[in-house]
Amino acid sequence: MDTIVSLFLIFIGAALINNFVLHYFVGICPFIGVSRRVDLAFGMGCAVTFVIGIAATLSWTLTFYILRPEAPLSAWLWNSMGADPTTVVDLSILSYIAYIFVIASSVQFVEMYVKKFFPSLHRSFGVFLPLISTNCAILFACLEIMKNLQGGDQLWGLHHALALSLGGGVGFTIAIVIMAGLREELELCDVPKALKGPGIALLVAGILAMAFMGFTGVDRGVADAIRTLTQH
Amino acid sequence: MASSSPSPAERFIAGILPENPIYRQLLGMCPTLAVTNSLKPALTMAAATAFVLLCANISISLIRPLLKPHLRILIFTLTIATFVTIADRVLAAYLYEMSKQLGPYVPLIIVNCIIISRCEACSSKQPLPHAVADAVGMGIGFALALSSLAFVRELLGMGSLFGYQVLPSSWPNWGILVLPPGAFLTLGVLLGAVNAWTARRKARVQSN
Repeated sequence: MDTIVSLFLIFIGAALINNFVLHYFVGICPFIGVSRRVDLAFGMGCAVTFVIGIAATLSWTLTFYILRPEAPLSAWLWNSMGADPTTVVDLSILSYIAYIFVIASSVQFVEMYVKKFFPSLHRSFGVFLPLISTNCAILFACLEIMKNLQGGDQLWGLHHALALSLGGGVGFTIAIVIMAGLREELELCDVPKALKGPGIALLVAGILAMAFMGFTGVDRGVADAIRTLTQH
Repeated sequence: MASSSPSPAERFIAGILPENPIYRQLLGMCPTLAVTNSLKPALTMAAATAFVLLCANISISLIRPLLKPHLRILIFTLTIATFVTIADRVLAAYLYEMSKQLGPYVPLIIVNCIIISRCEACSSKQPLPHAVADAVGMGIGFALALSSLAFVRELLGMGSLFGYQVLPSSWPNWGILVLPPGAFLTLGVLLGAVNAWTARRKARVQSN
């Protein structure tokens, strides 16, 4: 029960309370660039969610078994080479390079898969897929997972990592679809010339971020409510 | 820049305002919005990004003959990731408090669109002097943009600059400016101001 509650809180936290775009400022480039039409924005959001799930799975596995301090596989390799078994094997200096490699390969793999099995989908937004590999949101999710695999006590399992990354993807999709809806309306408005395009988009994003700030404390409230309910 | 191959000096001047990475090209906005709460983290982030940009441009320009077309983005990203690891560890070693404050945004320099676009557009095609001038110009432009944003946010949001209280204590701190919405609002307003100024200058030049 506790696990489910903590997974739910991680998911809601990443999707609404600490929204990846509006609170952590990752994924701003596609947020400003792709959010002119709702259908394109929704497609971009789905693609990002899909890739972020794959990349988070791969990077969690890599970090848990190889890269973190006292990782099983690298410790086994170190000991089997006959070296001092009391040293702590820590390969986390290679994290960033490993993550970017994982992200670039998963984007490439997803693009090949979509091209082969969903050719119409690939035609409609295939050009965005390589852009996702430079999307900050995916690397940010991997970094958050790495942060929670450093300490000795509450290490995150694969389910926590997936909850965070899919929550982040869903939050990104929500934010970009709302933004696309607002910008479609803004096309018909009389915007000052200096603010046309990215300027007014940023101001609207600021007001949207203010609105999302209203979700602060929801996770504490939900956690308290569930705790009082399950105590009875 | 209309000429087919600007000289190093032209590239250097271009990076500062005419092709400013944030205000004109609108790249690399993730760290811009995130670390500009106050001036010190903004300048640290600008210094780290400029270091990575310079080293990446130099490396890519030196290995220009070896770049295969379909693998070049991967090679760019791996080179940048190496230099970002170096910058991140140096920051964690010598400026630990600042490194904690900047948090995950230093590794996010890897996917900063400015560096990859500079590698793609300039240093993979130009010899070393051009690449260095371009990197230094873009780095200065980025630092100017970050510090302009951080100046407004820190002065009006906390009444201080670099941590020193500048405005009197009767100033009601505009708290919204140091929170996430304030980043978007400030950048939008400053972007509008830069666009208006550039348009007015262009109109004045054309009417002469």
